[in-house]
Amino acid sequence: MFSLDLLFEATLFGILLGCFYAAVSLGLSVAFGLLDVPYVAHPALLVLGSYCTYMLSGLGIDPILCGVLLMPVFFILGMLIYRFYYETFEKRGSDAAVRGLAFFFGLAFIVEVCLILVFGVDQRTVRASYIGSSLELGDYRFPYRMLVAFVIAIGLTWALTIYFSKTFNGRAIKAVGQDEGALRLMGANPVNIKQLAFGIATAVNALAGAMLIIVGPVDPAMDRIYIGRTFCVVVFAGLGSMSGTLVAGLFLGISESIVLMTLGASWAPAVSFGLLLLMLGIRPQGLFGR
Amino acid sequence: MDKMRRKVIGTTGAGLLASAMPAGVSFAQSGSIKIGMSMPQTGGLGAGGQASLLAIKMWVEDVNARGGLLKRKVELIAYDDQSNGALTPGLYTKLLDVDKVDLLFAPYATNPTAPIMPLVKERGLLLMGNFSFQVNANIKHDMWFNNAPWNDAKGWSEGFLSAGKAAGGQTVAIFAADAEFQQNLANGAREIIKSEGWKVVYDQNYPPNNTDFSSIIRAVRATKPDVVFVACYPNEGVAIMRSVNEIGLGSQVKIFGGGMVGLQFTPVMKSLGSLLNGVVNYNSYVPGMKFPGIEKFLARYHERAVVAKVDPFGYYLGPFSYSIGEMVEQAVNATKSLDHKKLAAYLRNNEMQTIVGPIRYDKLGERANPRIVQAQFRNILDDNEDQFKSEGKQVVIWPASEKQGDVITPFDKARKAT
Repeated sequence: MFSLDLLFEATLFGILLGCFYAAVSLGLSVAFGLLDVPYVAHPALLVLGSYCTYMLSGLGIDPILCGVLLMPVFFILGMLIYRFYYETFEKRGSDAAVRGLAFFFGLAFIVEVCLILVFGVDQRTVRASYIGSSLELGDYRFPYRMLVAFVIAIGLTWALTIYFSKTFNGRAIKAVGQDEGALRLMGANPVNIKQLAFGIATAVNALAGAMLIIVGPVDPAMDRIYIGRTFCVVVFAGLGSMSGTLVAGLFLGISESIVLMTLGASWAPAVSFGLLLLMLGIRPQGLFGR
Repeated sequence: MDKMRRKVIGTTGAGLLASAMPAGVSFAQSGSIKIGMSMPQTGGLGAGGQASLLAIKMWVEDVNARGGLLKRKVELIAYDDQSNGALTPGLYTKLLDVDKVDLLFAPYATNPTAPIMPLVKERGLLLMGNFSFQVNANIKHDMWFNNAPWNDAKGWSEGFLSAGKAAGGQTVAIFAADAEFQQNLANGAREIIKSEGWKVVYDQNYPPNNTDFSSIIRAVRATKPDVVFVACYPNEGVAIMRSVNEIGLGSQVKIFGGGMVGLQFTPVMKSLGSLLNGVVNYNSYVPGMKFPGIEKFLARYHERAVVAKVDPFGYYLGPFSYSIGEMVEQAVNATKSLDHKKLAAYLRNNEMQTIVGPIRYDKLGERANPRIVQAQFRNILDDNEDQFKSEGKQVVIWPASEKQGDVITPFDKARKAT
């Protein structure tokens, strides 16, 4: 059954879904898009953020506030991860990307196994007043949890865009992936800048992880579901573009939502990768890549 | 990494078993009897798999405390298949060719079990099934015996659909995960729907592990169905119920549910809380059903499950998983043999006595005396785990032999019923 009403509703929901996709991809956009580090452990740290939120929310703290409180901790964690990666892999040679891939896959498995050992394999959820209810506008209903994801995605994208364009460190992070030598001539240490960027990417994961468990239940193996989709959003956007990540997320979310409503849910996963292939064929640098 | 993890989990399991052996038990015969299996201990089926494995380990401990099988110690080798059916043929080949196991138990659930059926048939091996669904329907292996309380696909959804029909339902919406189990289940429902002349207004599959169902529920609502039949796995159940609550199905819906795996697991039920109210769903056991020995088992299981951080009550899988061991024990003791053909012949021709009641098998190794129930959630509160121990929270509406009450319809009314 197809109607314009349904199409309109699917588009509106696609916007919310797209913002959710963008928010869970922003950290990867920084680490992989700007720094060219194969950060495949990104979804695992996202899930770690969800579990940390789950723990803190058990103390009666709102899940979003949990995500905000966890950001400094994840910032330090990200810096430590990068420092370890740099000392053991990146510093040593030209095949750093391949070995780095192994390192981050290993990290993802370690995070997953640790979560299983500590929390078990059961799904975990959090409770909040905005989870399980929806905003009713006439005949339309919009889940508050998706509206929360929408606001967080817009807020994070805005904050990162401002940071990367208006501050010295932000501009240095954008520069480090392009020309480390030139950055060094400007008096900045590329390794420290990358470490800072990795800290930011991981801190973003804390808030995005909180959003993940707000949107739906999580289990330790959930990173496997998101690894393809987050990379897809980042590559589709054009590596390193924050606003591009938001637009790419919206594009995918709306497309998936409409396809799901019209052709059926089985086609939805094919949308991400179909669009990615199309984009790589037409514009290999992505929507906003140079 | 995966292999290492499986090895660690397997070795740890064996170590735990060894340490759990009661002091003073000695075995007359040297050399242990090895039972091999894979089990989903991680991934989407991990929660159920770990609960099932705990119950099987309890049987191993119990049988060893009784002197083992054929006076030999029983040893369990269990690898984590990560809920991934692509891994199970390799794991069972390893169990047979490297570990040289004497007997095989199947992993929990359909999707990891289906891929090993050709292997066991080709090698002529006995396989004790563990809550699979129709994995032997096409293979027709005569040495397969499923512990699950169901038989064919129609029998599974019959109770749900007959309740919907009794409530005046004429149109039906179906959505099911695109996987072996859910599709078998949905096909059974489709057969009944066709034979009863219902009108199908929505029939879609979705990819397994889908995380948000808002769009699907929105599409279902637009078709205004009387009955909504869902076939899903645990990872999707919570997300579906949330979306149902947020988006709504429409006041015309009589009943909702049917084949939702996961709504039987205590952690899932606890996390959903009041969102469960009104849902009619299948189950294997709910409090109030009586079988000799089951309550004693469940009390022991509860103590162990809390420590092991698995489903604390384990109603759905625990007793049935334990019954696999009970049936093998009876067959081995009666035939005094580990010969797979002799054991299969015994299982096929005799009624097994277990803590989930007597079990008889048909020629395909499925239950000749199926006893799957459809129960309606009522008066469920938020954040209350202990409530699920009580009778009356899941009221059996079908079959008549187990009936505890009438179904409340429509769905909106049932959700508010106390």
